[in-house]
Amino acid sequence: MSLLIPQSGDIPLPVPGPISEPYWQGCREGVLRFQRCLDCGAPTHTPALLCAACASRSLEWVDSSGRGEIYSWTRVWRPVTPAFVTPYVPIIVTMEEGWNVLSNLVGCEDDAVAIGKAVEVVFHNSGGADDIVLPYFQLVG
Amino acid sequence: MGHPFRDVAIVGVYNTKQARVLEGHDTQSIALEAALGAIADAGLEPRDIDGVVGGIASNFLYQSRIGPAWRSMSPLGIPAVIEGAMAIACGLANTVLIATGEAGSYRQHASTAPWTRPTNEFVAAYGMFTAAEFALMARRHMHMYGTTPESMAHVAATIRNNGHINPEAVYFGRGPFTAADVLESRMVADPFHLLDCAMTSEGGTALVLTRADRTDDTAKAPVYLLGGGTDHYGPSYQHPPVWDLGGVRRPDLIAGHVGRRAAEEAFAVAGLGPSDVDICEFYDPFSFELIRQFEAFGFCAEGEGGDYVMSGVIEPGGRHPITTDGGTMSFSHGGASVQLFQRVVRGVQQLRGECLSSQVPDAEVAMCTGGGAGALFTDVLLLGKDRP
Repeated sequence: MSLLIPQSGDIPLPVPGPISEPYWQGCREGVLRFQRCLDCGAPTHTPALLCAACASRSLEWVDSSGRGEIYSWTRVWRPVTPAFVTPYVPIIVTMEEGWNVLSNLVGCEDDAVAIGKAVEVVFHNSGGADDIVLPYFQLVG
Repeated sequence: MGHPFRDVAIVGVYNTKQARVLEGHDTQSIALEAALGAIADAGLEPRDIDGVVGGIASNFLYQSRIGPAWRSMSPLGIPAVIEGAMAIACGLANTVLIATGEAGSYRQHASTAPWTRPTNEFVAAYGMFTAAEFALMARRHMHMYGTTPESMAHVAATIRNNGHINPEAVYFGRGPFTAADVLESRMVADPFHLLDCAMTSEGGTALVLTRADRTDDTAKAPVYLLGGGTDHYGPSYQHPPVWDLGGVRRPDLIAGHVGRRAAEEAFAVAGLGPSDVDICEFYDPFSFELIRQFEAFGFCAEGEGGDYVMSGVIEPGGRHPITTDGGTMSFSHGGASVQLFQRVVRGVQQLRGECLSSQVPDAEVAMCTGGGAGALFTDVLLLGKDRP
C-alpha cells in the first residue's frame, strides 16, 4: 500500500484555451466550475461551446458543490512518463450536479478506492507557465 | 439499391516482417515494402494502381510515378478500407492501394508509446494513456456485471497462444500461456496485467482493392466486403471514458456498446447475423475489449461477455475463434495505424485458406474490427468469399 498524493514532478500540464479558461481560473480560486445550459439546465463538461443535451449555445459557468462519487477507477503501476510516481489512481467522478470529470484520487491508501465512494475536490498548485491549479479528489469521511 | 460493395473485391494483402525493432527501416521504407508486397500478392504491377489511401501511400504514388491518381488521406484502419471500396464503387478509381507502416518512432521506452498518450488538457496531467483509458471502461463493467479478471486473462491467453504458434508473430514461440500466467504478470493499469495488454512493435501492412469485374487477372481468389460501418463518439483520449456516455440521437446506444450500431448495419447489409460469423478477427488492444465486443455485436447479452468467452467458443476449433494470428498482443502492434488494418488482412488470409497457423477450415464469413470503448470508437467490417 502507499499513500496517494498529488504529482509533483514534471508532468504535462494543461494549456487553457479561450473556452476552458473559466474552468482553470475557478481552480486557481479554489472553486470547481462547470457549464450549465440556460435553456435546458443540463450540465456540460469538458468545457464546450454547445450544451451536451440540446446543443444550445447559451451556457453559463456555475460553481459545483465539489462533491460526487467514484464512477470508475484504475490504479496505474506503469507510469505514462517517468515524471509520474506510481501507483497513481485515475478516477472518473460523477459530480452531484450530474456531470463527469476525470481526475486522480489522493489522500488515502491506494487500495481504499472503490466505485460508489463519496469524494470531494481538493486543489493542488502545479505551477507552470499558466499558474495551473489541478483539481484532485479525496475520500469523504 | 443493390449491395453497396458488390462491385468491389479485395485482391491483395501483405504484412512485412513485424518485429520489436526493424533495423535499417523507417516508416516510409517499411510502408513502401508493404505496398509492393500487396501489389505482388494481387498479381498486379504498380502501374495498375490508380487510387491510394493514406499519407504514406501518397509517397508511393510519387515514387512510382503512377499519378495522376485518386487519393484519400483516411488514415485509420477499417474506415480507410471502406473509403477505398467506396471510391471504386463510385467509379472514382479502378484499383486502390492502402498502405501504412511505422518504424523507428518509438525506441526509448521510458514513457509509453507516443500514440498511447495524446496531449489534452483534461486527461494528460492525470497520467492517462490507453491502458488506463480502457481500464476505466473495464472496471465499470466489472462493477455492473461481476466480470472477472480470470475471464479477461482467458481471452489474453487464447490470443497469445494463437501468436505462439504463428511463425510470423513477433512473439512466436513465447508461450504457451495459461490464464494464470496472465494473472501473475505484473500489473500495468488495474485490472490489466502486462499480458492483458497490446505490445509495441514495428512493421508495415497493405491491401489492394479492385473492381469485381477485374478479378480474372488477379493472382488469388477475391474476398468481398459484405458490410461495414464505423461508430465514433468523438476524439479518442481527450475526455473521460464514461461507459454510459450517450448521444441525444440514439440514447439507447452508449459508449460502452460502441460498435453496436455499426455491427447491426453491417449485418443488415450482409443479410447475416452473429451466428453466421466463422472467424472473429476482433481488435485486441486489451483483453477486456473482446468481452465487450461480443456483447456490443450481439453474440451474447449485455453483461454475459465474461461467461461467453469462457464457454469454449473463442479457442481454435470453437464456433467463433478470435484474433487468429495473435493480434496486437502477440502478432504485432506496429504503431498508430498499422495494426488497425491487420484484422482485415488476417480475415482475408483466413478466407483464402492461406494462414500458416490457426487456419479455420472452410470459413465463409470473417468479422474484422478496430478500436474499442476506451478510444470511443469501434469499426466493423464483414468479409466473405461469395460476391454479395
